[in-house]
Amino acid sequence: MDFELTEDQKMIKEAAREFASEKLAPKAQEFDEKEEIPKELYKELAELGYLGMLMPEEYGGSNLDFISYILVMEEFASACAALQISISVHNSLVCDAIYKFGTDEQKKKYLPKLTRGEIIGAYSLTEPQSGTDAGSLKTSAVLKGNQYLLNGTKTFVTNGGIADLFVLFVSTSPEAKSKGISCILVEKGSKGFNIGAKEKKMGLRGSDTREISFEDCLVPRENLIGEENKGFRIAMELLDSGRIGVGAQSVGIAQSALDEALKYSKERVQFGQPICNFQAIQFKLASMATQIEASRLLVHHAAWLKQNNIRSSREASMAKLFASETANYVVNEAVQIHGGYGYMKEYAVERYFRDARVTEIYEGTSEAQRMVISRDLLK
Amino acid sequence: MYLDKKYEDFRKSIREFAECQIEPHAQELDEKAQFPYENMKKVALLGLLGMVVPPEFDGTGIDTLRYAIAVEELSRVCGSTGITVAAHNSLAICPIYLFGNEEQKIKYIPPLAKGEKLGSFGLTEPDAGSDAGGTKTTAVLKGEGYVINGSKCFITNASVAETFVITAVTDKTKGTKGISSFILEKGMKGFTIGKKENKMGLRGSDTATLHFEDLKIPKENLLGKEGEGFKQFMITLDGGRISIGAMALGIAQGALDKALRHAKETIESDKPLIESQAIQFKLADMATQIEAARHLIYHAAYLEDKGLKYVKESAMAKLFASETGRFAAQQAIQIFGENGYSRRFPVERYLRDVKLCEIGEGTSEIQRLVIFRELMK
Repeated sequence: MDFELTEDQKMIKEAAREFASEKLAPKAQEFDEKEEIPKELYKELAELGYLGMLMPEEYGGSNLDFISYILVMEEFASACAALQISISVHNSLVCDAIYKFGTDEQKKKYLPKLTRGEIIGAYSLTEPQSGTDAGSLKTSAVLKGNQYLLNGTKTFVTNGGIADLFVLFVSTSPEAKSKGISCILVEKGSKGFNIGAKEKKMGLRGSDTREISFEDCLVPRENLIGEENKGFRIAMELLDSGRIGVGAQSVGIAQSALDEALKYSKERVQFGQPICNFQAIQFKLASMATQIEASRLLVHHAAWLKQNNIRSSREASMAKLFASETANYVVNEAVQIHGGYGYMKEYAVERYFRDARVTEIYEGTSEAQRMVISRDLLK
Repeated sequence: MYLDKKYEDFRKSIREFAECQIEPHAQELDEKAQFPYENMKKVALLGLLGMVVPPEFDGTGIDTLRYAIAVEELSRVCGSTGITVAAHNSLAICPIYLFGNEEQKIKYIPPLAKGEKLGSFGLTEPDAGSDAGGTKTTAVLKGEGYVINGSKCFITNASVAETFVITAVTDKTKGTKGISSFILEKGMKGFTIGKKENKMGLRGSDTATLHFEDLKIPKENLLGKEGEGFKQFMITLDGGRISIGAMALGIAQGALDKALRHAKETIESDKPLIESQAIQFKLADMATQIEAARHLIYHAAYLEDKGLKYVKESAMAKLFASETGRFAAQQAIQIFGENGYSRRFPVERYLRDVKLCEIGEGTSEIQRLVIFRELMK
């Protein structure tokens, strides 16, 4: 394990930080209020290579190593977590699913368009009745000749309304539960594929989340990713990197909350002096910073393991669990330090507070992470 | 946490040693409040009493990361042994090595590094705890030497050590810049050791007061220059924090290992305890906190080894690891139930032992002040 970043990684982080502070941070509140991120921003991101971060150059990607990718996610999340989660799904769940498990034809057909931002990707595992218990999903895919017939409903799909291509998990052998799940690509516009209304969310409001449903929707057999009934393993492997991504998101949000709280504590005068002179505030800031430091080390280490192909489910879960709980603790303290102002939308901590909440829920709830970790301890 | 093989091999060797040689005596040392003399002889043979100095001073000169791992693994089975080794290395040898002149190093370090003598560090006073700048002990230059008067309290290794580093005020008008450090030897006239403290935990470790009454020492026992004492012990404590953090980390890991084993082996309501989600989640939380603490400690050790600034990081590591240690020990007791409260099992000792880590070498409150000051920079 190397604690130090390479020169390349430092440069990539610096570039991401610059982009995030110039282009994302000033717009984050607007995205939140309008519940929308403009399409043009995705074009700009594509031009800078941020929509194909993990893909090799032959598919138009920027070929970043996983640690660099995680550094970019952290920087983007510290400016605008809604945008960050949107492109995180596109990069690490959609592009990566096709690149790691797809056929050559699928890669040639979709990856260049994805990396150029001509199409946006979405990933869908969760169903109304199947959350943490992902093995119980019901959306069915029945083979009819050379096509699969899809029926069912998926929910909380990030990028649901802006995506053109969906990586979908479906049940191909319902009796086999998690061993009967397959991974399949579905294009927007397929007959019988309906995209529902945008969800009204507590936070990450700029990101587009929807329910999608399938009513006798026919999908070509060649859209299957990997083998039939082997989809659950794909979902789990992708979730490992997804979890590290949410860990990075949590660290980003928490760091911004700390930075804002520190700045505010120097400016705010009460009892004739800046509130940072009070030990009650000082200790809050010190505890916040300590938790963030620990989170960052956990996330970077999990990323390092992933990059070096060392089994990392436990470490990814620990990083995600610890960082997301830290983020929620830190945003709460940041609002507290801001007092009444922290409750108002003029201050970014109000948004951080809302944005952070979901990090303890998606890509596996904190409870699911604890299940993964305790199972691993028993090995 | 994934570490290079050389570190894992090192850990394995210390762990095997600790489990075979140290652990069997841990309970007895605690109950009898007996200093671990035998353990010290054994760890000396492994070079663990000279970890922070190179072979030219008869040390092993290992890096800080290995040092942290050694303290961690000893503390995992016996906190008293862990703190004795940590104080000897970090607080007694380190300041002499870092701030002493060649003669002092040659004279004092080899016997300490070989374990022929134990070392101790006297900073805290009855009225100068967290506010170490409030030191009252005085050292007055008279002729060819200093005359020291005052006392120190809660001094680890006090009655077993033969070499001491202590602080005293040489110039009252200069505040913290008027504090200097001195090397003392056991048996000097006017230097007495008080009664051993009766402590909650770490009962095998020796803690007592030091008294100086017209203690005359030669000028050459001044460590560094006059007025550098405060700066010196701030540096000493930065490193010391890593070892106290490592100690807390080791106790936390010990508590987790014991609790995990207990949960697997105990049958409750016809099924292993471990099958209860309430127990699983406790274990998951303990493991996650410990993993985070380990990253913080090793990262601070890495920074020290690289010669990089690590004031904030070592304070964070010590703060987090010691709070994690207490959390893990408490959870372990909870998993053991009433057995955990009984002295038949070691987890209650772990809780008593680890509590010190939130107090010694700078309380958690002081760590937060240090961290805050660094944040403001």
